[in-house]
Amino acid sequence: MSSVSEDPDTGIPPAEVPDLPPPHAHGFWSRWVFSQDAKYIALQYSGTAIAIGLVALVLSWLIRMQLGFPGVFDFISAEAYYQFITMHGMIMVVYLLTAIFLGGFGNYLIPLMVGARDMVFPFVNMLSFWVYFLAVVVLAASFFAPGGPTGAGWTLYPPQAILSGTPGGTQWGIVLMLVSLILFIIGFTMGGLNYAVTVLQARTRGMTLMRMPLTIWGIFTATVMALLAFPALFVASVMMLFDRLLGTSFFMPALVEMGEQLSYGGGSPIVFQHLFWFFGHPEVYIVALPAFGIVSDLIAVHARKNIFGYRMMVWAIVIIGALSFIVWAHHMYVSGMHPYFGFFFATTTLIIAVPTALKVYNWILTLWRGDIHLTLPMLFALGFIVTFLNGGLTGLFLGNVVVDVPLSDTMFVVAHFHMVMGVAPIMVIYGAIYHWFPLISGRMLSHRLGLIHFWVTFIGAYAIFFPMHYVGLVGVPRRYPDISASFVPDSVATLNAFITVAALTVGAAQMLFLFNVAWSLARGRKAGHNPWRAASLEWQTPEVPPRHGNWGDELPVVYRWAYDYSVPGAPRDYIAQDDPGHRASWSHVP
Amino acid sequence: MSIVLGFVALVAVIALTWLWRQGVAERPWLETGAVTRSPSPGGQPTGRTGLGVFLIVAGGLFALAGSAVTMRMGYADWFEMRLPRVVWAGTALLALSSLALQAAVFAARRGDGPGLASWIGAGAASMAAFLLAQGLAWARMAETGQGLAATPGASFFYLISGLHGLHILGGLVALARVATRLRRGPGAAAPAVALCTIYWHFLLIVWIAMLAILTGWASDAAALCRAILS
Amino acid sequence: MIVAACLVLIVLFSVAFHLVSPWWWTPIASNWGYIDTTLVITFWITGAVFTAVVLFMAWCVFRYRHKPGRVAHYEPESKRLEIWLTALTALGVAAMLAPGLVVWNRFITVPDDATEIEVVAQQWFWSYRLPGADGQLGSSDVTWISADNPLGLNPHDRFGADDVVIDGGDLHLPIGKPVKVLLRSVDVLHDFYVPEFRAKMDMVPGMVTYFWFTPTRTGEFEVLCAELCGTGHGYMRGYVLIDEEAEYEAWLGEQLTFAGLPAGKEVQVANTAEPIGGSDP
Ligand code: HEM
Ligand SMILES: [Cu+2]
Ligand SMILES: [Cu+2]
Repeated sequence: MSSVSEDPDTGIPPAEVPDLPPPHAHGFWSRWVFSQDAKYIALQYSGTAIAIGLVALVLSWLIRMQLGFPGVFDFISAEAYYQFITMHGMIMVVYLLTAIFLGGFGNYLIPLMVGARDMVFPFVNMLSFWVYFLAVVVLAASFFAPGGPTGAGWTLYPPQAILSGTPGGTQWGIVLMLVSLILFIIGFTMGGLNYAVTVLQARTRGMTLMRMPLTIWGIFTATVMALLAFPALFVASVMMLFDRLLGTSFFMPALVEMGEQLSYGGGSPIVFQHLFWFFGHPEVYIVALPAFGIVSDLIAVHARKNIFGYRMMVWAIVIIGALSFIVWAHHMYVSGMHPYFGFFFATTTLIIAVPTALKVYNWILTLWRGDIHLTLPMLFALGFIVTFLNGGLTGLFLGNVVVDVPLSDTMFVVAHFHMVMGVAPIMVIYGAIYHWFPLISGRMLSHRLGLIHFWVTFIGAYAIFFPMHYVGLVGVPRRYPDISASFVPDSVATLNAFITVAALTVGAAQMLFLFNVAWSLARGRKAGHNPWRAASLEWQTPEVPPRHGNWGDELPVVYRWAYDYSVPGAPRDYIAQDDPGHRASWSHVP
Repeated sequence: MSIVLGFVALVAVIALTWLWRQGVAERPWLETGAVTRSPSPGGQPTGRTGLGVFLIVAGGLFALAGSAVTMRMGYADWFEMRLPRVVWAGTALLALSSLALQAAVFAARRGDGPGLASWIGAGAASMAAFLLAQGLAWARMAETGQGLAATPGASFFYLISGLHGLHILGGLVALARVATRLRRGPGAAAPAVALCTIYWHFLLIVWIAMLAILTGWASDAAALCRAILS
Repeated sequence: MIVAACLVLIVLFSVAFHLVSPWWWTPIASNWGYIDTTLVITFWITGAVFTAVVLFMAWCVFRYRHKPGRVAHYEPESKRLEIWLTALTALGVAAMLAPGLVVWNRFITVPDDATEIEVVAQQWFWSYRLPGADGQLGSSDVTWISADNPLGLNPHDRFGADDVVIDGGDLHLPIGKPVKVLLRSVDVLHDFYVPEFRAKMDMVPGMVTYFWFTPTRTGEFEVLCAELCGTGHGYMRGYVLIDEEAEYEAWLGEQLTFAGLPAGKEVQVANTAEPIGGSDP
């Protein structure tokens, strides 16, 4: 299959994308506002995502205050509670995590890591951000709309989502939510086309697929999945909007609400659930795969060792991506769908655990016999492994259909998905920010502040969500503003209060992080050219931070994979991807 | 969900074959040096790959809509659609439009500037006529008691033809942009015309598939296949 | 050092928490002990994996942390190791999945002698229906629902006339007899959930769903709704009482049948759940 020649001067085909200078950006507007440079778009995406994410964080405090000290805070009525959890969940999953991993890291890293000047469709890329921005504005507007935001839960299950018993159901809340989601998906599709096609077309000479860093593999696979999965949410949202505004009955059966016959009839709420989870399950991996990729690179760089089993890591990403389209109904074991589906979906779900477990092993085998620098990115990577492992293992409970029966819709589920797709990816986001901040800004983030931030976040998050599993095991349902019940011992209230204190502490630590970013931007230590001595391409630009167009006069040529760390006989403990150095001249080549 | 699963399986097969050809079984740490393999799939231009990816997204959207129809069909209140005749006339216009653009591609290849312009004009006009026919079909259905919320089949017809129509509008905008480039000669416009043509064919195929699903032929055909197989 | 120690502490804390914390499932009151057993198997396997992996990681961090002069070992992959790990993982997964599927098969196979009863959910309370002397439930539909006929029973169905209708009260069931619980909702999704029974299932308007179980312990068990159903979701409570046969018969004798519901007279909606003002719960 391969056609490798040792001589760097011959046989290099010209790059597929003609090496044209990217659109110019001179003034303030074309640079910062309507920028077509992926690096600025990345910052716009990340900034917006973090801003709306802070709203979701504050909502989580309010949720926890209600659960930890029920009855103390009068302003949190049942309605408000449902509005809080719905907005919290939806913002975190879609508007923060999806946007920051693909729109933020994707935009920043793809062109740099594959050796392109920019995304292939820069104008569409800019539009993508602005449509996303509009989606966020519409979402935020629902807080101020009559009736407030929707309280239907982030799953938006009909019929309740569009009926009067649910906050925002017959007012503005649900309409704005659906419109915002539709906008988000349109915006994402524009961006996603860019991420996918840039990886397909604009890799520089020598950048074969198997030389791409795992970060790119993760983001690329997640993008392809998102392009296939988001249309399901799109269709479901449009159909529900029709049901709500135009009186169709796609999802609405004949029903009697508060003693009154409604004019709906014949539709099925289960159809919505299928569409929703056909999006919803891949969504978990849309968030997880970029995290998998990024964390692999963080571990390799900071343990000065090639990622163990690179090929297996790539295959696992692809296999997980493909399989995650046939497991969606594990979210519907107790939905009333045909019980025979349980056999199929439990089996596929547990099969996915195997490639996922292999990834965990390979991260740890990378640490094994490495040269582990306990930098902040490495610490966050370790935190990721612990929390992801924990959340992944509890996934085996919930995927195994019959075990899910008592646990579904309890706090056990809430604890599980927070570990696996809340805490773990956020650990990676932080690790990635500490890792690439020097590239973006030219300065290091403060290590001292970062250490406090890491330890409080990691230990705190574990203290929130590990005990929460046991609250669920007792039988406490999720989405309950007040959990007192005959079977719940009083001690659970104490535990809940403890969890709330931990949650507020973790929340406060995030403010420390924001302070660190602001302070380091102005005062941080100058980073120099390649502070982590990383081999991948993004650190090899002529200038750091990279300029407009990334590569100066000539695109780089790639001669090796991204993981040549501690190669025996090599003069340094890393060899950059664009370093043509001859292996033959070193001793003890394996 | 069988339609969309079939679609995803198709995409997966394409993707995995491509990945395999790209050498995902290699050991990259052993393969140091310059590489002669071309990076892009089949060495094709960016626009074409971009369109290909977009068609996968749009195809997925319609596959999902189709899946929603087949799932909804399983419920008691479903009954067969009576489509107004103008739908069939519209479908013929859509096919004509596809043919016209194909002729435009041939004209561009021959370097026939005036031919190219008139075929593009014909393609755009017949496409606009198709949209008009769809509008008439909506009006007709509303008159004959098949309003938006009247029957589930009608609801789906409005929904799907609406989504399809929006895709057509987008296509017309793109075609208009291509037409402005005609002044620079048939050679300059040829690649873009080719892309539009692919998109036009896609719109035709999607529409026929959607009609087949909505009218129940698709499920009849599936039932027949199942009967033959078992 | 500190990092490795913290990782070890996390394992110790987690295991200790699991073993000594007072928070564990409620004592079971149904035949679904199998589910508990599968859950315990899963706990053992996953707990072992968690402990092993994190401890190994802690050891790596301790042993291979950076010191001047340390050089990482160069080893791109090890096929043998990866194959072993895959095989072991697959084995572990199979050890959880196999009992899971066996128990699921039992869960969905209703014994022939199970009595059918019906639970009807609406925002935000529970109602119940038991078959009368004929042992059969009459048909029903939301379109029949009216103030006199809160569960929407078909007035023309002769099987329905002797059905016992409990509108808003508590449900009683005899101990030791398998029941198939038919689940129906008149408005939105709900989920009939009694933690002590382990079983639960969503109720979907327009459909009848079910699960089955055999009560194994007498007592009063709280019913909760486990599928978000609007503002009153958290307060949608009720009780199931498991009685000895004799008590059960006595209770059953006092209940009204559908035919006995005085037509025209307003049916008192006796709701045991807290009243839902909607605004201040
Ligand atoms: C310190 C951070 C966080 C805390 C303390 C927290 C806490 C909570 C709590 C207590 C609930 C709902 C409890 C209930 O069901 O009554 C909840 C729901 C949820 N959270 Fe978080 N959360 C945090 C971060 C995140 C993150 C990062 C994500 C991203 C995946 C996330 C996603 C969700 C989702 C999807 C729901 C479900 C909402 C629903 O039930 O509709 N959360 N969170
Ligand atoms: Cu899932
Ligand atoms: Cu309920």
